[in-house]
Amino acid sequence: MRKSLRFIYLSFVYLFLYAPILVLVIYSFNNTKYSTNWQGFTFKWYNELFTDGPLMEAFFNSLIIAFSASIVATILGTLAAVAFYRYKFWGRQVMYSFIYMLMMSPDIVMGISLLMFFVMIGLKTGAFTLLLAHITFCLPFVVVTVYARISGFDRNVIDVAKDLGANELQMFLHIMMPMLMPAIVAGWLLSFTLSLDDVIVSFFTTGPAFEILPLKIYSMVRLGIKPEINALSAVMFLLSLVTVTVAHFITKEETNR
Amino acid sequence: MEKLPIVSLRGVTKRFGDVVAVNALDIDIFQGEFLTLLGPSGCGKTTVLRLIAGFENLDEGEICMAGSRMNSIPPNKRNVNTVFQSYALFPHMTIFDNIAFGLRMKKYDKNNIDREVMEALDIVKLAGLEKRMPYQLSGGQQQRVAMARAIVNKPQVLLLDEPLSALDYRLRQEMEIELKRIHRQLGITFVFVTHDQEEAISMSDRIAVMNVGKIEQVGTPIEIYEEPQNMFVARFVGEINVFEGKVLRIDNGSAIVSIHGQSFEVQNRKNISEGQDVRVLLRPEDIIVFRDEAESITDPALAGRIENVIYKGKTVDLIITIDAGETIFVTQFFNEDQEDVVFREGQRVHINWPFGWEVVM
Repeated sequence: MRKSLRFIYLSFVYLFLYAPILVLVIYSFNNTKYSTNWQGFTFKWYNELFTDGPLMEAFFNSLIIAFSASIVATILGTLAAVAFYRYKFWGRQVMYSFIYMLMMSPDIVMGISLLMFFVMIGLKTGAFTLLLAHITFCLPFVVVTVYARISGFDRNVIDVAKDLGANELQMFLHIMMPMLMPAIVAGWLLSFTLSLDDVIVSFFTTGPAFEILPLKIYSMVRLGIKPEINALSAVMFLLSLVTVTVAHFITKEETNR
Repeated sequence: MEKLPIVSLRGVTKRFGDVVAVNALDIDIFQGEFLTLLGPSGCGKTTVLRLIAGFENLDEGEICMAGSRMNSIPPNKRNVNTVFQSYALFPHMTIFDNIAFGLRMKKYDKNNIDREVMEALDIVKLAGLEKRMPYQLSGGQQQRVAMARAIVNKPQVLLLDEPLSALDYRLRQEMEIELKRIHRQLGITFVFVTHDQEEAISMSDRIAVMNVGKIEQVGTPIEIYEEPQNMFVARFVGEINVFEGKVLRIDNGSAIVSIHGQSFEVQNRKNISEGQDVRVLLRPEDIIVFRDEAESITDPALAGRIENVIYKGKTVDLIITIDAGETIFVTQFFNEDQEDVVFREGQRVHINWPFGWEVVM
């Protein structure tokens, strides 16, 4: 009795969470432009999606920005986390709390302040400023993820490596990097997805010449939802599903240790 | 003594902020010996070890190894290796790779690495486990890997920072014997840090008893136990009973000391003089207990009453309150020939000790 109640309850929770996505995926195969009635199965919207030049361009722009921003943020963030752990310097605690603050601060504040900053130093908004902005808001997530793992380390491991003849670089490459790898991958994935679907910060920091997918969709839906958008959303949902699965297996391998 | 020290510390001082962890410490460590730094937590013993390993920089003094000054040499350039309390195995490497790490850093070729690692695994009796990961091993096995990882580098000195404290009692005793065997087999110098006096006494060639950043006494386990040079050493190593007394007179080689109105003859090894206040120290096992109901005694003795009898299997511990006030701790060994000797709580007794078994300070 209690078991079946629990099952029903859980089913409702998942229905609530996933039904809209399911509906969206189904409608991406619906053979009609405006109606919400089912008019038969079609791949038409997918075809239209992949042949829509401006939309695909925005999609690739988004991928490029997401890849570059997440990679740069991962490298910088990992090094920052290692520095926070490894070296005792003046203002370390304060600096670390500022990283947290950046993570908590509203996107709109960050978007406007970055725009003002770019205008102030005379940087023309476009792909480059967008990249800088994305690196900025991804960075704290990497630092926090990597630092969380690194602070769980046995500090003696570093001393042991030195004791066995490793210099600072060898210690970092052979000991710290492999031990941090799951956190680095997680931080990167997080950055990548954050960058890929960001609207608010991007809205302020990109220029008219450089369009990215979330902004493009945003401007498209203002004229009504085209089934093409449904198809695009379905593709992106599939992509994130794959990413989450990959991430799950990477972290699972780690927790076995 | 002709032997040259392999490590010598001269006036070594280390401060952490305002705290002086190690205070002008001098010690010579000789080739092949098993030296233990023994002391309560916070006495600076681990800091001394970390200074020798090079993990800490010293503030004053100098550390020499095999005659050359090591003060500013980083740990990766010192011919010493450390075994940590937490083992600190590399969690992402197999046992083989853990042990091979030091050799790889020294750019040994593959054949040499294979041979040396297998030899080290043999020494710690872990042959066959080289493909496992650290998390697949028990605590005792991890401890052995940590040992192998250090000794494979053939250091001049092996530093061990409380390596047994995380093991359970049985395993610890087993590892004590193993450590002694490895020490004999390799013939290298071991510097061992512990707060456990039993461990120190059973394993060491020499013990340095430390307290608040200084060495209180250095000596063989027998010297430390039988002839403590001060109250700290006496109290820290083993149980001890202390009687306050006054020297009545000096008789060549011995002294007569008055304790609670009784005159006891003690050995005069420290040139005490007449009228001096002294303390007479006695180990629990050096005290003889006479039961008033069974034995009459003519020698000087202190009267008291048994408060508590603690049966320990091969010994029995007695807590006795002397009529004059002190509570003392006595250990009696069972005598097979006198099985009828039974101690009971509340029994009246007299205690004294054989001449010369006391320590006077």
